[in-house]
Amino acid sequence: MGSGRLPKTIVCEHRTSLHPQMHVKTIPCKEKNIYEQDPDILPPSGAHLRWTEGGQVVSEAASVVVSSRSYADFTPEATFDIKKVDLHRLEEGPPLTSTLTREDGLKYYRTMQTIRRMELKADQLYKQKIIRGFCHLYDGQEACAVGIEGGITLSDHLITAYRAHGYTLTRGGTVREIMAELTGRREGIAKGKGGSMHMYTKNFYGGNGIVGAQVPLGAGVALACKYLGTDQLCVSLYGDGAANQGQIFETYNMASLWKLPIIFICENNQYGMGTSVERASASTEYYKRGDFIPGLRVDGMDVLCVREATKFAADHCRSGKGPILMELQTYRYHGHSMSDPGVSYRTREEIQEVRSKSDPISMLKDRMLSNNMASVEELKEIDIEVRKEIEDAAQFATTDPEPPLDDLCSHIYANEKSFEVRGATPWTKLTSHS
Amino acid sequence: MASLRSFLQCNFDILRKTFVILFVNVRDALNQAMDEELERDERVFLLGEEVAQYDGAYKVSRGLWKKYGDKRIIDTPITEMGFAGIAVGAAFAGLRPICEFMTWNFSMQAIDQVINSAAKTYYMSAGFQTVPIVFRGPNGSSAGVAAQHSQCFAAWYGHCPGLKVVSPWNSEDARGLLKAAIRDDNPVVFLENEMMYGVPFELSEEMMHKDFVIPIGKAKVERQGTHITLVSHSRCVGFCLDAAAVLAKEGVECEVVNLRTIRPLDVDTIEASVMKTGNLVTVEGGWPQYGVGAEICARIMEGPAFNYLDAPAVRVTGVDIPMPYAKILEDHSVPQIKDIIFSVKKVLNM
Repeated sequence: MGSGRLPKTIVCEHRTSLHPQMHVKTIPCKEKNIYEQDPDILPPSGAHLRWTEGGQVVSEAASVVVSSRSYADFTPEATFDIKKVDLHRLEEGPPLTSTLTREDGLKYYRTMQTIRRMELKADQLYKQKIIRGFCHLYDGQEACAVGIEGGITLSDHLITAYRAHGYTLTRGGTVREIMAELTGRREGIAKGKGGSMHMYTKNFYGGNGIVGAQVPLGAGVALACKYLGTDQLCVSLYGDGAANQGQIFETYNMASLWKLPIIFICENNQYGMGTSVERASASTEYYKRGDFIPGLRVDGMDVLCVREATKFAADHCRSGKGPILMELQTYRYHGHSMSDPGVSYRTREEIQEVRSKSDPISMLKDRMLSNNMASVEELKEIDIEVRKEIEDAAQFATTDPEPPLDDLCSHIYANEKSFEVRGATPWTKLTSHS
Repeated sequence: MASLRSFLQCNFDILRKTFVILFVNVRDALNQAMDEELERDERVFLLGEEVAQYDGAYKVSRGLWKKYGDKRIIDTPITEMGFAGIAVGAAFAGLRPICEFMTWNFSMQAIDQVINSAAKTYYMSAGFQTVPIVFRGPNGSSAGVAAQHSQCFAAWYGHCPGLKVVSPWNSEDARGLLKAAIRDDNPVVFLENEMMYGVPFELSEEMMHKDFVIPIGKAKVERQGTHITLVSHSRCVGFCLDAAAVLAKEGVECEVVNLRTIRPLDVDTIEASVMKTGNLVTVEGGWPQYGVGAEICARIMEGPAFNYLDAPAVRVTGVDIPMPYAKILEDHSVPQIKDIIFSVKKVLNM
């Protein structure tokens, strides 16, 4: 996937600057000889590297060691070529270049890294049985959530399916309250009542467990936007598996008839649970499945591609033209959920290939470093901060107490005076509070 | 002269009002309730099949589209799952939709949206996301519409926490409960009855007031009695009253309780009645197994009223079969007045 991108590069803290003209720096390598460990990994192009006995990677060209960089040295913004988007019923598509500011780049990097680390931590906690039930992880797909948010604002609306932790974050949730919800504690974003698939924030309607049901819900939100005369729109996400749901076609029809301001987004990660797209869909061109709805097929591993496409789609909606459909081609590293190792229906080689060639975080990092938009140390610093945030959140999520039993029957009805709820036996009288 | 004129005017108004409001059929009661609520709150809107230009499949929404237009009275394609989901989503985002199912049989296409998207959301979000929606439409048996169009869904929806389920009998119920349902911040399943639409009932001036609401979750004793309690909902309430009239001639005084609400069930009113009369017969149009009557009997058994029963509580229900078409068969598939009378006499050992 992708042209104009660097060949296999590694995600690690000890990569030197990749631009041949740049000052290079000696960086201590944590592992003795990473290149020996994996002969397939090539040293970054443009730099001749050799190993010292101390395990340090040093560039032959490095005669100057730069010990600190001021932020004034960094490029404030750069324009990148992005992959062309496939169009359906559209004369023009989003632009072929995207301008990224240093500030946005750092923000996207941090957010994607936070999602990545949060999901990996959830994996750990699940294996320790501190998280239970359903847990559908989003690592690999970070560019979708972050790119989409980059193309809309928090006053727009968004709804998605069950692979929702990343969106809960981009829509204003904190790692702390997300993790505490996963561990079922009282400070969880839904007070422990919802769990992995039922997290809500302002203008974010979950987190929905029934495949496809969120799509008409999203159209209803869009209807409200139009009805109330706001400039807002609703982004309604679904996967390649859900794309065959009848209710989605019902929604395409009504959204088009009534010109609802909705962006349908199909996150095509190639697999609906264990069924590959070719085995599930007669047509895998999900961006065309809206038929009379204009569509775009976008590289979902490139946060800038996603952002530009989302901006384009948002403009389309806000100009009153009605719905538009985006297919984001993406990939999930984990299986469908924590109970799926994810290798019975796809090969480890495939997963590894995507990880090494198309990782969204690496792609952004490479772009920023090779254009002097950030330093390695700076990004490392962000990594450290993110790691700390996740650790603290995990610690909190493990130690926060579970919800009180008094809360068991609450939140049945809104704005109602307290009433009695039957317990497991006729003598168990519980109370429900609004 | 002025005072004479105002005297005449006053009496004329009373006369006019008396004639105009004296008899209102259930259809018009529903229509007026929706009209008034649409006027009262701009966020209220109606969507469903044929609700706008057709004036409603059963004419319940007659005149509303002419008055309020396309924005607030929306004709949908025949896609229940889709438009029910859209209605729920609109409720999420702050509107107050009335989602009509042409009959509740078609709600099965959309039942996931009613239960999983509407009913459970307030709980799953720990009180963050409200769903102020009304789903309404005719429920239960009609006349000659056969098996797929005759099911009663009171028990199915009444089963689910998070929903309010309401089943009006007469015009007063229809008006007051629909207004209450629209004003309620929770998802309400509103079970009408097609056979009742054309039946006129008296409505007092108080009932015609635009803020007349009947509290959801409260049953009404339609007829006081001493020997036996008849508990019912919807059309069967009328049958119970007819049966009570016949039985009164034989000296049996039935207390008739109109449930009005299926969930939350007003057990207190039923218990108080049973503790007074000592006998209970439930009457419903739906199937017996796992039905409304079954729930009432179980609750009576588990509560204080059991000790006051002089005989086991008994249910009168629809026959446990899909609804047949031929008139003679259909007539024998639903509870009739004679079935109620027979059951009362059995329970009272007459």
